[in-house]
Amino acid sequence: MTAAAPHTGPGPAKSPPGPSAPARRAPRRLLPRFLPLTPALVLLLLFLAGPIAYCVLIAFTDLQLTGQAEESFVGLENFRRAFGDEEFLNAVWLTLVFTVVSSLIGQNTLGLALAVLMRRASKPVRTLTGGIVVTAWVLPEVVAGFLLYAFFRREGTLNAILDWLRLPSQNWLFTLPILAVSFANVWRGTAFSMLVYSAALSEIPEEITEAAEVDGAGGWRRMWHITLPMIRRSIGTNLMLNTLQTLSVFGLIWVMTRGGPGGKSRTLPLFMYEQAFQNSLIGYGTAVALLLLLVGSLFSLVYVRLLRTEV
Amino acid sequence: MPLPSRRTTRRLAADAGLLAVAAAFVLPLAWVVLSALDPRAGLRVKAPDGLTLDHFDAILTDEITFTPLLNSLVLCGGATALTVVCAALAAYPLSRFRSRFNRPFLLTILFATSLPITAIMVPVYALFVRVDLIDTVRGTVLFFAASQLPFAVWLMKNFMDGVPKELEEAAWTDGASSPQSLVRIVLPLMGPGVAVVTVFSFVMMWGNFFVPFMLLLSPDRMPASVSINDFFGNRGMVAYGQLAAFSIVYSTPVILLYVLIARRLGGGFALGGAVKG
Repeated sequence: MTAAAPHTGPGPAKSPPGPSAPARRAPRRLLPRFLPLTPALVLLLLFLAGPIAYCVLIAFTDLQLTGQAEESFVGLENFRRAFGDEEFLNAVWLTLVFTVVSSLIGQNTLGLALAVLMRRASKPVRTLTGGIVVTAWVLPEVVAGFLLYAFFRREGTLNAILDWLRLPSQNWLFTLPILAVSFANVWRGTAFSMLVYSAALSEIPEEITEAAEVDGAGGWRRMWHITLPMIRRSIGTNLMLNTLQTLSVFGLIWVMTRGGPGGKSRTLPLFMYEQAFQNSLIGYGTAVALLLLLVGSLFSLVYVRLLRTEV
Repeated sequence: MPLPSRRTTRRLAADAGLLAVAAAFVLPLAWVVLSALDPRAGLRVKAPDGLTLDHFDAILTDEITFTPLLNSLVLCGGATALTVVCAALAAYPLSRFRSRFNRPFLLTILFATSLPITAIMVPVYALFVRVDLIDTVRGTVLFFAASQLPFAVWLMKNFMDGVPKELEEAAWTDGASSPQSLVRIVLPLMGPGVAVVTVFSFVMMWGNFFVPFMLLLSPDRMPASVSINDFFGNRGMVAYGQLAAFSIVYSTPVILLYVLIARRLGGGFALGGAVKG
Protein backbone atom coordinates (compact mmCIF):
# COMPACT_ATOMS: atom_id res chain seq x y z
CA MET A 1 0.00 0.00 0.00
CA THR A 2 2.38 2.67 -1.17
CA ALA A 3 2.07 5.42 -3.70
CA ALA A 4 -1.53 4.68 -4.50
CA ALA A 5 -2.76 5.67 -7.91
CA PRO A 6 -4.21 9.17 -7.94
CA HIS A 7 -7.74 8.88 -6.89
CA THR A 8 -10.21 11.56 -7.66
CA GLY A 9 -13.55 9.82 -7.51
CA PRO A 10 -16.10 10.81 -4.90
CA GLY A 11 -15.63 7.56 -2.99
CA PRO A 12 -13.35 4.56 -3.05
CA ALA A 13 -16.16 2.11 -3.80
CA LYS A 14 -17.16 4.07 -6.85
CA SER A 15 -13.97 3.82 -8.84
CA PRO A 16 -12.40 0.42 -8.87
CA PRO A 17 -9.29 0.91 -11.02
CA GLY A 18 -9.46 -2.63 -12.38
CA PRO A 19 -10.06 -6.28 -11.65
CA SER A 20 -7.00 -6.32 -9.40
CA ALA A 21 -8.72 -4.09 -6.90
CA PRO A 22 -11.71 -5.89 -5.47
CA ALA A 23 -14.22 -3.82 -3.57
CA ARG A 24 -13.30 -5.17 -0.16
CA ARG A 25 -9.88 -3.56 -0.44
CA ALA A 26 -11.44 -0.15 -0.22
CA PRO A 27 -11.60 0.18 3.58
CA ARG A 28 -8.07 -1.11 3.88
CA ARG A 29 -6.92 1.58 1.53
CA LEU A 30 -8.97 4.25 3.24
CA LEU A 31 -7.45 3.67 6.65
CA PRO A 32 -3.78 4.40 5.90
CA ARG A 33 -4.83 7.39 3.89
CA PHE A 34 -6.64 8.92 6.79
CA LEU A 35 -3.97 7.91 9.29
CA PRO A 36 -2.47 11.45 9.34
CA LEU A 37 -5.70 12.65 10.93
CA THR A 38 -4.88 10.72 14.11
CA PRO A 39 -2.76 13.28 16.04
CA ALA A 40 -5.32 16.03 15.47
CA LEU A 41 -8.19 13.69 16.34
CA VAL A 42 -6.53 12.54 19.55
CA LEU A 43 -5.85 16.12 20.66
CA LEU A 44 -9.36 17.26 19.81
CA LEU A 45 -11.00 14.30 21.54
CA LEU A 46 -8.88 14.48 24.69
CA PHE A 47 -8.69 18.21 25.22
CA LEU A 48 -11.80 19.62 23.57
CA ALA A 49 -14.50 16.96 23.29
CA GLY A 50 -13.37 15.50 26.62
CA PRO A 51 -13.83 18.69 28.64
CA ILE A 52 -17.15 19.35 26.93
CA ALA A 53 -18.38 15.87 27.89
CA TYR A 54 -17.01 16.40 31.41
CA CYS A 55 -18.81 19.74 31.48
CA VAL A 56 -22.11 18.02 30.75
CA LEU A 57 -21.35 15.47 33.47
CA ILE A 58 -20.36 17.73 36.36
CA ALA A 59 -23.03 20.32 35.64
CA PHE A 60 -25.39 17.78 37.22
CA THR A 61 -23.28 17.28 40.37
CA ASP A 62 -22.55 19.36 43.47
CA LEU A 63 -18.77 19.22 42.95
CA GLN A 64 -16.97 21.74 45.14
CA LEU A 65 -13.37 22.83 45.42
CA THR A 66 -12.92 22.15 49.10
CA GLY A 67 -14.30 20.32 52.11
CA GLN A 68 -16.06 17.53 50.30
CA ALA A 69 -14.84 14.00 49.75
CA GLU A 70 -17.24 12.87 47.05
CA GLU A 71 -19.50 14.85 44.84
CA SER A 72 -22.94 13.49 44.23
CA PHE A 73 -25.42 13.67 41.42
CA VAL A 74 -27.96 16.39 42.01
CA GLY A 75 -29.90 16.28 38.75
CA LEU A 76 -31.23 19.61 37.59
CA GLU A 77 -30.61 21.30 40.95
CA ASN A 78 -27.84 23.57 39.60
CA PHE A 79 -30.04 24.80 36.78
CA ARG A 80 -33.05 25.28 39.04
CA ARG A 81 -30.82 27.24 41.35
CA ALA A 82 -29.47 29.37 38.51
CA PHE A 83 -32.87 30.44 37.30
CA GLY A 84 -33.89 31.35 40.82
CA ASP A 85 -30.65 33.24 41.45
CA GLU A 86 -30.97 36.97 40.99
CA GLU A 87 -27.24 37.35 40.39
CA PHE A 88 -27.40 34.81 37.58
CA LEU A 89 -30.35 36.57 35.95
CA ASN A 90 -28.47 39.84 36.33
CA ALA A 91 -25.46 38.27 34.58
CA VAL A 92 -27.71 37.05 31.74
CA TRP A 93 -29.13 40.54 31.37
CA LEU A 94 -25.68 42.16 31.39
CA THR A 95 -24.40 39.64 28.83
CA LEU A 96 -27.34 40.55 26.63
CA VAL A 97 -26.65 44.29 27.00
CA PHE A 98 -22.93 43.76 26.40
CA THR A 99 -23.55 41.68 23.26
CA VAL A 100 -26.22 43.91 21.76
CA VAL A 101 -24.50 47.21 22.49
CA SER A 102 -20.92 46.27 21.69
CA SER A 103 -21.26 43.64 19.01
CA LEU A 104 -24.61 43.83 17.20
CA ILE A 105 -24.74 47.63 17.22
CA GLY A 106 -21.23 48.90 17.91
CA GLN A 107 -18.71 46.73 16.09
CA ASN A 108 -21.07 45.85 13.28
CA THR A 109 -22.36 49.32 12.43
CA LEU A 110 -19.08 51.12 12.97
CA GLY A 111 -17.23 48.47 10.97
CA LEU A 112 -19.65 48.86 8.08
CA ALA A 113 -19.49 52.67 8.25
CA LEU A 114 -15.69 52.59 8.20
CA ALA A 115 -15.66 50.20 5.25
CA VAL A 116 -18.08 52.40 3.28
CA LEU A 117 -16.19 55.61 4.06
CA MET A 118 -12.89 53.99 3.15
CA ARG A 119 -14.04 53.43 -0.40
CA ARG A 120 -14.42 57.18 -0.87
CA ALA A 121 -11.63 58.52 1.25
CA SER A 122 -8.17 59.47 0.07
CA LYS A 123 -5.47 56.87 0.36
CA PRO A 124 -3.36 58.34 3.21
CA VAL A 125 -6.42 58.83 5.43
CA ARG A 126 -7.62 55.31 4.61
CA THR A 127 -4.25 53.78 5.48
CA LEU A 128 -3.90 55.78 8.68
CA THR A 129 -7.37 54.97 10.00
CA GLY A 130 -7.13 51.32 8.99
CA GLY A 131 -3.76 51.03 10.70
CA ILE A 132 -4.99 52.52 13.98
CA VAL A 133 -8.19 50.45 14.10
CA VAL A 134 -6.34 47.23 13.28
CA THR A 135 -3.66 47.93 15.91
CA ALA A 136 -6.39 48.09 18.55
CA TRP A 137 -7.53 44.67 17.32
CA VAL A 138 -4.09 43.04 17.30
CA LEU A 139 -3.12 44.16 20.81
CA PRO A 140 -3.26 41.40 23.44
CA GLU A 141 -6.57 41.34 25.28
CA VAL A 142 -5.10 42.33 28.65
CA VAL A 143 -3.17 45.26 27.22
CA ALA A 144 -6.33 46.51 25.53
CA GLY A 145 -8.05 46.18 28.90
CA PHE A 146 -5.42 48.34 30.62
CA LEU A 147 -5.48 51.01 27.94
CA LEU A 148 -9.23 51.38 28.24
CA TYR A 149 -9.11 51.19 32.00
CA ALA A 150 -6.82 54.21 31.91
CA PHE A 151 -9.10 55.89 29.38
CA PHE A 152 -12.27 55.53 31.46
CA ARG A 153 -10.83 56.10 34.94
CA ARG A 154 -11.94 59.10 37.00
CA GLU A 155 -8.62 60.85 36.30
CA GLY A 156 -8.40 59.36 32.81
CA THR A 157 -8.44 60.77 29.29
CA LEU A 158 -12.19 60.68 28.68
CA ASN A 159 -12.90 62.93 31.64
CA ALA A 160 -10.05 65.22 30.64
CA ILE A 161 -11.76 65.72 27.28
CA LEU A 162 -15.16 66.22 28.88
CA ASP A 163 -13.69 68.81 31.28
CA TRP A 164 -12.12 70.59 28.37
CA LEU A 165 -15.50 70.68 26.59
CA ARG A 166 -17.05 71.81 29.89
CA LEU A 167 -19.27 68.75 29.98
CA PRO A 168 -19.94 66.93 33.25
CA SER A 169 -17.38 64.24 33.94
CA GLN A 170 -17.98 61.20 36.09
CA ASN A 171 -16.42 57.98 37.25
CA TRP A 172 -17.42 55.85 34.29
CA LEU A 173 -16.13 52.56 35.64
CA PHE A 174 -18.25 53.13 38.73
CA THR A 175 -21.46 54.58 37.39
CA LEU A 176 -21.79 52.89 34.00
CA PRO A 177 -19.33 49.98 34.00
CA ILE A 178 -21.26 47.87 31.50
CA LEU A 179 -21.22 50.72 28.98
CA ALA A 180 -17.51 51.32 29.58
CA VAL A 181 -16.65 47.66 28.90
CA SER A 182 -19.00 47.65 25.89
CA PHE A 183 -17.16 50.61 24.40
CA ALA A 184 -13.91 48.86 25.16
CA ASN A 185 -15.14 45.86 23.20
CA VAL A 186 -16.14 48.12 20.31
CA TRP A 187 -12.67 49.68 20.35
CA ARG A 188 -11.05 46.29 20.32
CA GLY A 189 -13.32 44.38 17.95
CA THR A 190 -14.40 46.80 15.22
CA ALA A 191 -11.42 46.03 13.00
CA PHE A 192 -12.76 42.54 12.28
CA SER A 193 -16.08 43.84 10.93
CA MET A 194 -14.25 46.55 9.03
CA LEU A 195 -12.06 43.98 7.27
CA VAL A 196 -14.99 41.68 6.52
CA TYR A 197 -17.10 44.49 5.08
CA SER A 198 -14.22 46.00 3.12
CA ALA A 199 -13.75 42.63 1.44
CA ALA A 200 -17.48 42.27 0.79
CA LEU A 201 -17.85 45.79 -0.64
CA SER A 202 -14.91 45.35 -2.96
CA GLU A 203 -16.75 42.45 -4.59
CA ILE A 204 -19.76 44.56 -5.63
CA PRO A 205 -19.37 45.40 -9.33
CA GLU A 206 -18.93 49.13 -9.93
CA GLU A 207 -21.48 49.17 -12.76
CA ILE A 208 -24.37 48.36 -10.46
CA THR A 209 -23.84 51.29 -8.11
CA GLU A 210 -23.04 53.59 -11.01
CA ALA A 211 -26.23 52.60 -12.83
CA ALA A 212 -28.25 53.35 -9.70
CA GLU A 213 -26.54 56.69 -9.36
CA VAL A 214 -27.39 57.59 -12.93
CA ASP A 215 -30.99 56.62 -12.22
CA GLY A 216 -30.96 59.19 -9.45
CA ALA A 217 -30.86 57.01 -6.37
CA GLY A 218 -29.35 58.93 -3.46
CA GLY A 219 -26.69 57.63 -1.11
CA TRP A 220 -28.99 56.22 1.55
CA ARG A 221 -31.30 54.55 -0.99
CA ARG A 222 -28.34 52.96 -2.77
CA MET A 223 -27.09 51.70 0.56
CA TRP A 224 -30.46 50.30 1.59
CA HIS A 225 -31.64 48.83 -1.71
CA ILE A 226 -28.42 47.76 -3.38
CA THR A 227 -25.37 47.54 -1.15
CA LEU A 228 -26.91 45.95 1.94
CA PRO A 229 -28.85 43.25 0.04
CA MET A 230 -25.72 42.39 -1.93
CA ILE A 231 -23.58 41.87 1.15
CA ARG A 232 -26.26 40.25 3.30
CA ARG A 233 -24.37 36.99 3.63
CA SER A 234 -21.32 38.82 4.93
CA ILE A 235 -23.57 40.64 7.37
CA GLY A 236 -24.97 37.32 8.58
CA THR A 237 -21.62 35.64 9.12
CA ASN A 238 -20.10 38.76 10.62
CA LEU A 239 -22.92 39.18 13.14
CA MET A 240 -22.62 35.52 14.05
CA LEU A 241 -18.86 35.64 14.61
CA ASN A 242 -19.01 38.94 16.49
CA THR A 243 -21.67 37.57 18.80
CA LEU A 244 -19.72 34.39 19.50
CA GLN A 245 -16.58 36.38 20.13
CA THR A 246 -18.36 38.77 22.48
CA LEU A 247 -20.09 35.96 24.40
CA SER A 248 -16.72 34.65 25.51
CA VAL A 249 -14.98 37.91 26.42
CA PHE A 250 -13.37 37.49 29.84
CA GLY A 251 -9.95 39.15 30.08
CA LEU A 252 -11.07 42.58 28.90
CA ILE A 253 -13.81 42.90 31.54
CA TRP A 254 -11.72 41.22 34.21
CA VAL A 255 -8.93 43.73 33.80
CA MET A 256 -11.18 46.78 33.60
CA THR A 257 -13.69 46.14 36.38
CA ARG A 258 -13.34 42.58 37.77
CA GLY A 259 -17.09 42.43 37.06
CA GLY A 260 -17.81 45.14 39.58
CA PRO A 261 -18.70 47.34 41.21
CA GLY A 262 -21.30 45.17 42.89
CA GLY A 263 -21.69 42.94 39.86
CA LYS A 264 -22.70 45.80 37.56
CA SER A 265 -20.47 44.51 34.77
CA ARG A 266 -20.47 40.83 35.71
CA THR A 267 -21.33 39.02 32.49
CA LEU A 268 -21.83 35.25 32.32
CA PRO A 269 -18.15 34.25 31.90
CA LEU A 270 -17.21 36.29 34.98
CA PHE A 271 -20.19 34.95 36.92
CA MET A 272 -19.14 31.42 36.00
CA TYR A 273 -15.59 32.09 37.18
CA GLU A 274 -16.68 33.68 40.46
CA GLN A 275 -19.07 30.87 41.34
CA ALA A 276 -16.52 28.19 40.52
CA PHE A 277 -13.49 29.72 42.22
CA GLN A 278 -14.45 32.45 44.63
CA ASN A 279 -17.45 30.52 45.95
CA SER A 280 -15.80 27.13 45.24
CA LEU A 281 -18.96 25.80 43.59
CA ILE A 282 -17.48 24.00 40.60
CA GLY A 283 -20.71 22.13 39.88
CA TYR A 284 -22.77 25.31 39.82
CA GLY A 285 -20.14 27.21 37.84
CA THR A 286 -20.07 24.39 35.30
CA ALA A 287 -23.85 24.45 34.94
CA VAL A 288 -23.53 28.13 34.00
CA ALA A 289 -20.70 27.21 31.62
CA LEU A 290 -22.93 24.59 30.01
CA LEU A 291 -25.68 27.15 29.44
CA LEU A 292 -23.13 29.52 27.87
CA LEU A 293 -21.83 26.68 25.73
CA LEU A 294 -25.37 25.82 24.62
CA VAL A 295 -26.10 29.38 23.55
CA GLY A 296 -22.75 29.47 21.75
CA SER A 297 -23.44 26.15 20.01
CA LEU A 298 -26.78 27.44 18.82
CA PHE A 299 -25.14 30.47 17.20
CA SER A 300 -22.37 28.25 15.89
CA LEU A 301 -24.90 25.90 14.28
CA VAL A 302 -26.60 28.79 12.51
CA TYR A 303 -23.18 29.94 11.33
CA VAL A 304 -22.33 26.47 9.97
CA ARG A 305 -25.68 26.38 8.17
CA LEU A 306 -24.95 29.76 6.61
CA LEU A 307 -21.63 28.43 5.31
CA ARG A 308 -22.45 24.82 4.61
CA THR A 309 -22.47 25.21 0.84
CA GLU A 310 -18.81 26.18 1.02
CA VAL A 311 -17.61 22.85 2.41
CA MET B 1 -10.87 79.43 -6.95
CA PRO B 2 -13.04 76.88 -8.75
CA LEU B 3 -15.77 75.19 -6.77
CA PRO B 4 -14.82 71.69 -5.74
CA SER B 5 -16.62 69.00 -7.70
CA ARG B 6 -19.12 66.71 -6.02
CA ARG B 7 -16.60 63.94 -6.02
CA THR B 8 -14.06 66.04 -4.13
CA THR B 9 -16.66 67.14 -1.60
CA ARG B 10 -17.58 63.55 -0.97
CA ARG B 11 -13.97 62.56 -0.54
CA LEU B 12 -13.38 65.36 1.94
CA ALA B 13 -16.47 64.33 3.91
CA ALA B 14 -15.29 60.72 3.99
CA ASP B 15 -11.81 61.82 5.07
CA ALA B 16 -13.25 63.94 7.86
CA GLY B 17 -15.42 61.06 9.07
CA LEU B 18 -12.55 58.62 9.10
CA LEU B 19 -10.22 61.06 10.83
CA ALA B 20 -12.79 61.62 13.58
CA VAL B 21 -13.01 57.87 14.21
CA ALA B 22 -9.23 57.56 14.02
CA ALA B 23 -8.84 60.32 16.61
CA ALA B 24 -11.18 58.53 18.99
CA PHE B 25 -9.40 55.23 18.45
CA VAL B 26 -5.91 56.61 18.79
CA LEU B 27 -6.32 58.15 22.27
CA PRO B 28 -5.77 54.95 24.31
CA LEU B 29 -2.85 54.04 22.04
CA ALA B 30 -1.34 57.49 22.44
CA TRP B 31 -1.60 57.11 26.21
CA VAL B 32 0.49 53.97 26.25
CA VAL B 33 3.24 55.44 24.07
CA LEU B 34 3.40 58.81 25.84
CA SER B 35 3.23 57.34 29.34
CA ALA B 36 6.02 54.90 28.64
CA LEU B 37 8.31 57.86 27.91
CA ASP B 38 6.92 60.32 30.45
CA PRO B 39 8.91 60.56 33.71
CA ARG B 40 5.70 61.51 35.53
CA ALA B 41 3.15 59.36 33.80
CA GLY B 42 -0.44 59.43 34.99
CA LEU B 43 -3.69 58.07 33.67
CA ARG B 44 -4.49 60.66 31.06
CA VAL B 45 -3.06 61.52 27.68
CA LYS B 46 -0.79 64.55 28.02
CA ALA B 47 2.41 65.85 26.55
CA PRO B 48 5.20 64.19 28.54
CA ASP B 49 7.21 66.29 31.02
CA GLY B 50 10.43 65.46 29.25
CA LEU B 51 11.45 62.16 27.79
CA THR B 52 12.93 59.26 29.69
CA LEU B 53 13.72 55.61 29.20
CA ASP B 54 13.66 54.99 32.96
CA HIS B 55 10.44 53.02 32.80
CA PHE B 56 11.91 50.60 30.31
CA ASP B 57 15.05 50.42 32.41
CA ALA B 58 12.99 49.57 35.47
CA ILE B 59 11.01 46.76 33.87
CA LEU B 60 13.74 45.10 31.80
CA THR B 61 14.64 42.66 34.56
CA ASP B 62 14.43 38.89 34.69
CA GLU B 63 11.60 38.90 37.16
CA ILE B 64 9.33 41.46 35.53
CA THR B 65 9.93 41.03 31.83
CA PHE B 66 12.30 38.35 30.62
CA THR B 67 10.96 35.35 32.52
CA PRO B 68 7.29 36.01 31.63
CA LEU B 69 8.19 36.64 27.98
CA LEU B 70 10.28 33.47 27.88
CA ASN B 71 7.36 31.59 29.44
CA SER B 72 5.05 33.03 26.78
CA LEU B 73 7.49 31.98 24.10
CA VAL B 74 7.75 28.41 25.38
CA LEU B 75 3.98 28.04 25.81
CA CYS B 76 2.92 29.65 22.56
CA GLY B 77 5.86 28.35 20.55
CA GLY B 78 5.28 24.79 21.70
CA ALA B 79 1.55 24.96 21.18
CA THR B 80 1.94 26.59 17.76
CA ALA B 81 4.40 23.93 16.60
CA LEU B 82 2.01 21.20 17.75
CA THR B 83 -0.97 22.92 16.15
CA VAL B 84 0.72 23.45 12.80
CA VAL B 85 2.10 19.89 12.54
CA CYS B 86 -1.22 18.31 13.51
CA ALA B 87 -3.17 20.66 11.24
CA ALA B 88 -0.93 20.01 8.23
CA LEU B 89 -1.17 16.24 8.71
CA ALA B 90 -4.93 16.38 9.18
CA ALA B 91 -5.52 18.72 6.27
CA TYR B 92 -3.72 16.46 3.80
CA PRO B 93 -6.20 13.58 3.59
CA LEU B 94 -9.11 15.99 3.92
CA SER B 95 -7.88 17.95 0.96
CA ARG B 96 -6.54 15.09 -1.19
CA PHE B 97 -8.77 12.07 -0.72
CA ARG B 98 -12.50 11.91 -0.81
CA SER B 99 -14.61 9.90 1.50
CA ARG B 100 -18.04 10.20 2.94
CA PHE B 101 -16.51 11.27 6.27
CA ASN B 102 -14.93 14.43 4.91
CA ARG B 103 -17.99 16.61 4.85
CA PRO B 104 -19.35 15.77 8.31
CA PHE B 105 -15.83 16.06 9.72
CA LEU B 106 -15.25 19.46 8.17
CA LEU B 107 -18.65 20.71 9.31
CA THR B 108 -17.83 19.57 12.85
CA ILE B 109 -14.50 21.39 12.64
CA LEU B 110 -16.21 24.54 11.41
CA PHE B 111 -18.71 24.22 14.26
CA ALA B 112 -15.87 23.84 16.77
CA THR B 113 -14.00 26.92 15.45
CA SER B 114 -16.73 29.17 16.77
CA LEU B 115 -17.54 27.49 20.10
CA PRO B 116 -16.97 29.82 23.08
CA ILE B 117 -13.87 28.16 24.56
CA THR B 118 -14.13 30.48 27.59
CA ALA B 119 -17.16 28.46 28.69
CA ILE B 120 -15.24 25.21 29.10
CA MET B 121 -12.38 26.60 31.18
CA VAL B 122 -14.03 25.67 34.49
CA PRO B 123 -14.54 22.00 33.53
CA VAL B 124 -11.06 21.96 31.97
CA TYR B 125 -9.68 23.14 35.29
CA ALA B 126 -11.58 20.43 37.17
CA LEU B 127 -10.44 17.82 34.66
CA PHE B 128 -6.81 18.95 34.82
CA VAL B 129 -6.85 18.72 38.62
CA ARG B 130 -8.14 15.17 38.34
CA VAL B 131 -5.55 13.98 35.81
CA ASP B 132 -2.72 15.93 37.44
CA LEU B 133 -2.07 18.26 34.54
CA ILE B 134 -2.83 21.44 36.46
CA ASP B 135 0.07 23.91 36.71
CA THR B 136 2.10 22.02 34.11
CA VAL B 137 3.49 23.61 30.99
CA ARG B 138 2.79 20.49 28.91
CA GLY B 139 -0.86 20.40 29.97
CA THR B 140 -1.32 24.05 29.03
CA VAL B 141 0.48 23.54 25.72
CA LEU B 142 -1.76 20.57 24.87
CA PHE B 143 -4.94 22.45 25.68
CA PHE B 144 -3.77 25.55 23.82
CA ALA B 145 -3.01 23.44 20.76
CA ALA B 146 -6.38 21.67 20.91
CA SER B 147 -8.28 24.93 21.26
CA GLN B 148 -6.56 26.45 18.23
CA LEU B 149 -6.65 23.27 16.15
CA PRO B 150 -10.14 23.46 14.60
CA PHE B 151 -9.44 26.82 13.03
CA ALA B 152 -5.93 25.80 12.00
CA VAL B 153 -7.19 22.62 10.27
CA TRP B 154 -9.91 24.58 8.51
CA LEU B 155 -7.47 27.25 7.33
CA MET B 156 -4.79 24.75 6.34
CA LYS B 157 -7.25 22.62 4.35
CA ASN B 158 -8.40 25.65 2.39
CA PHE B 159 -4.82 26.68 1.59
CA MET B 160 -3.99 23.10 0.62
CA ASP B 161 -6.94 22.94 -1.76
CA GLY B 162 -5.19 25.71 -3.67
CA VAL B 163 -2.19 23.51 -4.52
CA PRO B 164 -2.85 21.79 -7.87
CA LYS B 165 -3.01 18.05 -7.66
CA GLU B 166 -1.17 17.43 -10.95
CA LEU B 167 2.25 18.22 -9.47
CA GLU B 168 1.71 15.64 -6.81
CA GLU B 169 0.52 13.05 -9.30
CA ALA B 170 3.76 13.43 -11.18
CA ALA B 171 5.68 12.70 -8.00
CA TRP B 172 3.53 9.66 -7.34
CA THR B 173 4.35 8.33 -10.78
CA ASP B 174 8.00 8.72 -9.90
CA GLY B 175 7.38 6.50 -6.90
CA ALA B 176 6.96 9.02 -4.10
CA SER B 177 4.66 8.08 -1.23
CA SER B 178 1.92 10.35 0.11
CA PRO B 179 3.94 11.51 3.15
CA GLN B 180 6.89 12.27 0.87
CA SER B 181 4.77 14.29 -1.52
CA LEU B 182 3.20 16.18 1.40
CA VAL B 183 6.57 17.22 2.81
CA ARG B 184 8.47 17.72 -0.46
CA ILE B 185 5.81 19.16 -2.74
CA VAL B 186 2.57 20.29 -1.13
CA LEU B 187 3.90 22.08 1.96
CA PRO B 188 6.67 24.01 0.12
CA LEU B 189 4.13 25.12 -2.48
CA MET B 190 1.78 26.41 0.19
CA GLY B 191 4.56 28.06 2.21
CA PRO B 192 2.72 31.37 2.62
CA GLY B 193 -0.38 29.49 3.77
CA VAL B 194 1.60 27.59 6.40
CA ALA B 195 3.14 30.90 7.50
CA VAL B 196 -0.31 32.44 7.93
CA VAL B 197 -1.53 29.50 10.03
CA THR B 198 1.64 29.61 12.15
CA VAL B 199 1.64 33.33 12.77
CA PHE B 200 -2.09 33.47 13.36
CA SER B 201 -2.02 30.63 15.92
CA PHE B 202 0.95 32.20 17.68
CA VAL B 203 -0.63 35.65 17.85
CA MET B 204 -3.91 34.26 19.20
CA MET B 205 -2.15 32.37 21.99
CA TRP B 206 0.31 35.15 22.83
CA GLY B 207 -2.58 37.44 23.67
CA ASN B 208 -4.73 34.82 25.40
CA PHE B 209 -5.26 35.53 29.08
CA PHE B 210 -7.87 33.11 30.37
CA VAL B 211 -6.23 29.77 29.48
CA PRO B 212 -2.90 30.29 31.33
CA PHE B 213 -4.72 32.23 34.05
CA MET B 214 -6.77 29.11 34.79
CA LEU B 215 -4.34 26.29 34.11
CA LEU B 216 -1.10 27.65 35.58
CA LEU B 217 -0.65 28.47 39.26
CA SER B 218 3.07 28.99 39.97
CA PRO B 219 4.17 32.60 39.48
CA ASP B 220 7.42 31.47 37.83
CA ARG B 221 5.49 29.71 35.04
CA MET B 222 3.21 32.64 34.20
CA PRO B 223 3.33 34.06 30.68
CA ALA B 224 3.28 37.82 30.10
CA SER B 225 -0.48 37.87 29.47
CA VAL B 226 -1.06 36.95 33.11
CA SER B 227 2.00 38.47 34.82
CA ILE B 228 1.00 41.93 33.57
CA ASN B 229 -1.69 41.76 36.25
CA ASP B 230 1.01 42.08 38.92
CA PHE B 231 1.42 45.73 38.08
CA PHE B 232 -1.95 46.23 39.69
CA GLY B 233 -2.62 43.83 42.48
CA ASN B 234 0.47 42.76 44.34
CA ARG B 235 2.84 45.67 44.00
CA GLY B 236 0.65 48.18 45.73
CA MET B 237 0.96 51.56 44.02
CA VAL B 238 0.53 51.33 40.29
CA ALA B 239 3.50 52.62 38.36
CA TYR B 240 1.68 53.64 35.20
CA GLY B 241 4.83 54.48 33.31
CA GLN B 242 6.20 50.99 33.90
CA LEU B 243 2.87 49.39 33.07
CA ALA B 244 2.86 51.28 29.76
CA ALA B 245 6.46 50.34 29.01
CA PHE B 246 5.71 46.68 29.73
CA SER B 247 2.58 46.79 27.54
CA ILE B 248 4.70 48.03 24.66
CA VAL B 249 7.42 45.40 25.10
CA TYR B 250 4.81 42.66 25.37
CA SER B 251 2.69 43.80 22.39
CA THR B 252 5.44 44.62 19.92
CA PRO B 253 6.20 41.04 18.78
CA VAL B 254 2.60 40.30 17.81
CA ILE B 255 2.15 43.61 16.05
CA LEU B 256 5.30 42.95 14.00
CA LEU B 257 4.17 39.41 13.20
CA TYR B 258 0.76 40.69 12.19
CA VAL B 259 2.32 43.26 9.88
CA LEU B 260 4.32 40.41 8.31
CA ILE B 261 1.19 38.47 7.34
CA ALA B 262 -1.20 41.41 6.98
CA ARG B 263 -0.94 41.39 3.22
CA ARG B 264 -2.00 37.79 2.97
CA LEU B 265 -4.76 38.25 5.53
CA GLY B 266 -5.72 41.68 4.31
CA GLY B 267 -6.35 41.67 0.56
CA GLY B 268 -9.58 39.78 0.52
CA PHE B 269 -9.35 39.01 4.21
CA ALA B 270 -8.62 35.47 3.18
CA LEU B 271 -9.01 33.83 6.56
CA GLY B 272 -9.65 30.63 4.71
CA GLY B 273 -13.16 31.54 3.74
CA ALA B 274 -14.10 31.44 7.39
CA VAL B 275 -15.93 34.66 6.88
CA LYS B 276 -16.90 34.27 3.24
CA GLY B 277 -20.27 35.66 2.45
